[in-house]
Amino acid sequence: MQTHAPPGAGSTPDRTGALPAESARRIYRDMLTARLLDTEAIALQRQGVFPAYVSLRGQEAAQVASAAALDRDRDFAFPTYREMAVALTLGVDMVGYLASHRALWHGGRYDPIASRFGSINAVVGGPVPHAVGWALGERLRGETGCAIAYFGDGASSQGDVHEALNFAGVFGSPVVFFCQNNRWALSVPNERQIAGGSIAARAAGYGMPGITVDGNDAAAVHNATRSALDRARSGGGPTLIEALTYRLAPHSTSDDTTRYRDRGEEHAWQERDPLPRLGTALEEAGHADTAFFEQIEDGARAAVERIRDGIATAPPPAGSDLFTYVYREPTEELARQQRLWREEVEP
Amino acid sequence: MTEALVGEGRGANGAALVEMTMQQAINRALDTALREDPATLVFGEDVGRLGGVFRVTDGLQAAYGQNRVFDTPLAESGIVGLAVGLAMNGWRPIPELQFDGFAYPAVDQIVNQMARMHYRSRGAASMPITVRLPSFGGIQAPEHHGESLEALFAHVPGLKVVAPSDPNDAYRLLLQSIRSDDPVIYMEPKARYWDRRQVVLDGARAQAADTGGDPIGASRIARPGRHATLVAWGAMVHRCLRVAELAAEDGVDLEVLDLRWLKPIDTDGLAASVSRTRRAVVVHEAPLTAGLGAEVSSLITERVFCDLAAPVQRVTGFDVPYPAGPLEPQYLPTIDRILLAVQRTLEF
Repeated sequence: MQTHAPPGAGSTPDRTGALPAESARRIYRDMLTARLLDTEAIALQRQGVFPAYVSLRGQEAAQVASAAALDRDRDFAFPTYREMAVALTLGVDMVGYLASHRALWHGGRYDPIASRFGSINAVVGGPVPHAVGWALGERLRGETGCAIAYFGDGASSQGDVHEALNFAGVFGSPVVFFCQNNRWALSVPNERQIAGGSIAARAAGYGMPGITVDGNDAAAVHNATRSALDRARSGGGPTLIEALTYRLAPHSTSDDTTRYRDRGEEHAWQERDPLPRLGTALEEAGHADTAFFEQIEDGARAAVERIRDGIATAPPPAGSDLFTYVYREPTEELARQQRLWREEVEP
Repeated sequence: MTEALVGEGRGANGAALVEMTMQQAINRALDTALREDPATLVFGEDVGRLGGVFRVTDGLQAAYGQNRVFDTPLAESGIVGLAVGLAMNGWRPIPELQFDGFAYPAVDQIVNQMARMHYRSRGAASMPITVRLPSFGGIQAPEHHGESLEALFAHVPGLKVVAPSDPNDAYRLLLQSIRSDDPVIYMEPKARYWDRRQVVLDGARAQAADTGGDPIGASRIARPGRHATLVAWGAMVHRCLRVAELAAEDGVDLEVLDLRWLKPIDTDGLAASVSRTRRAVVVHEAPLTAGLGAEVSSLITERVFCDLAAPVQRVTGFDVPYPAGPLEPQYLPTIDRILLAVQRTLEF
């Protein structure tokens, strides 16, 4: 773990070392479930159930271990569109989550407020300022919740991410900016994306600590996120974490990585797959044995099966949903258009 | 506040009648909102200590503290993004974007985020945000300080758009926008900030008179007339009233319809007026092509085609970038151009 502290900033409380057994086992379970669900989702795309899917394969540690550090009663996560394992960890209704990939509803069909997990958002920098606003709102009310904004190396180039970081720095908002640097923004590598080579290093310019962490090391991710949340919760302000990881799969099921990246690189990162890595660590620490792994895998497969069945049978949206949610207080004109739809379009 | 309390009195319902400028009326509406609802927040560039570049937020930070009224860094997208996140956490934000032209850097947050969050979340996240946007031209301001963006925002599903034309409407429409649970773009006609009129101030929140009884989307007949309807909003309402006075000297009795809400548009009010007068001239500052005048013209044609005695005329800015000071009077609809359009429609 490397810290880019701003000049004069206080030191971050150190939380290094191995995870407590129970946390590690839970994180492993969610990572495995996410891996299996991710694999299933790709299969569902191949079968024509999903028009498209965006895999997070390889980023399970970055997502699960960071989300596991959140307080599900107080905190709020702002995702973009590749944070399926964050959703899973936070207990979001996964049938509702995958409804977005089945193209039943943009943004997913879960309640983002009740789930404390924002709607899926395809403008990758767009939700980052929302996290700052949410967190500021928490502090203004004198409450202790923190926001975490998930974004990637590609989004780090967007102006909104800069504006959000600067606002959070100025306001001292309780936000954790969690960048999953998976090295490829679709086909564009880090070298063509990040001037200066480090997203975390930018934190100094915003007056906040910047932490670079091995994103495939669940313990390191979890500890860094917990430290940042502790700091934010106690009034210490925001932190920028850059988790170095790798997108093992193509950008989406419509993508072809052979056009832009090297097979050798993919294989090298395959060797650093975070899932077996945590499994081995659990075994070596004596926190898990064969029976544990079998039990966890059975549970994960059963969970994935339930989600798969749920999404396969999820009803399409009602036609009237076209109009229902446009306004809280609908306009006469929209009501007129809805009547027109009913008369001329509704099946 | 330094408003003159001349003409202060009591209206029929006990509400206070105070003469003040539009800029003061907006300030009073913000004050009312901050007082009645602890979830309201006022923020933007220079709105705190300075009180806003037009002093519209003057005194509010002193009265309500730095948590309720605060300055942000100079970044419009961040300001609207902040508002979206605050709304997701139960607040009722009233951000200011300092000038119309600076709404463009915030368009992604306005269009892709604020306008859609309620829809995207299937109603879970409401966006009771009022974006105050000093708008339109007429004050010889620098570039990007005289734009008319109503057609852009009216085109976006999920938004409501309003432009008051006088102090009383400025007060009531702003409170109505703030109290609405939907996002509203509130366009303030800068050229009319110093227009001084009587304002019916809100008494208690309980008094339903706060919006004059008009629902969101209601237009207002600013001047009744028989021979043609001038349709306008913002600063152009005042200009159309002047045109009507001049026309009256020649025996032409013009109705002036202040549209007020540019989304939703009061189609019924529009149709009723034009159906009576049988002639319509739409006046706006924005460029002609794909301007809101086209929408208004189309609505009139769809609704009262058979009542029309002449094609709907449009008097607008030209399809050019908003010009610098000396050219401004030649760009904005002039009284003569409006009168000529009236003449064309009467002689058709």
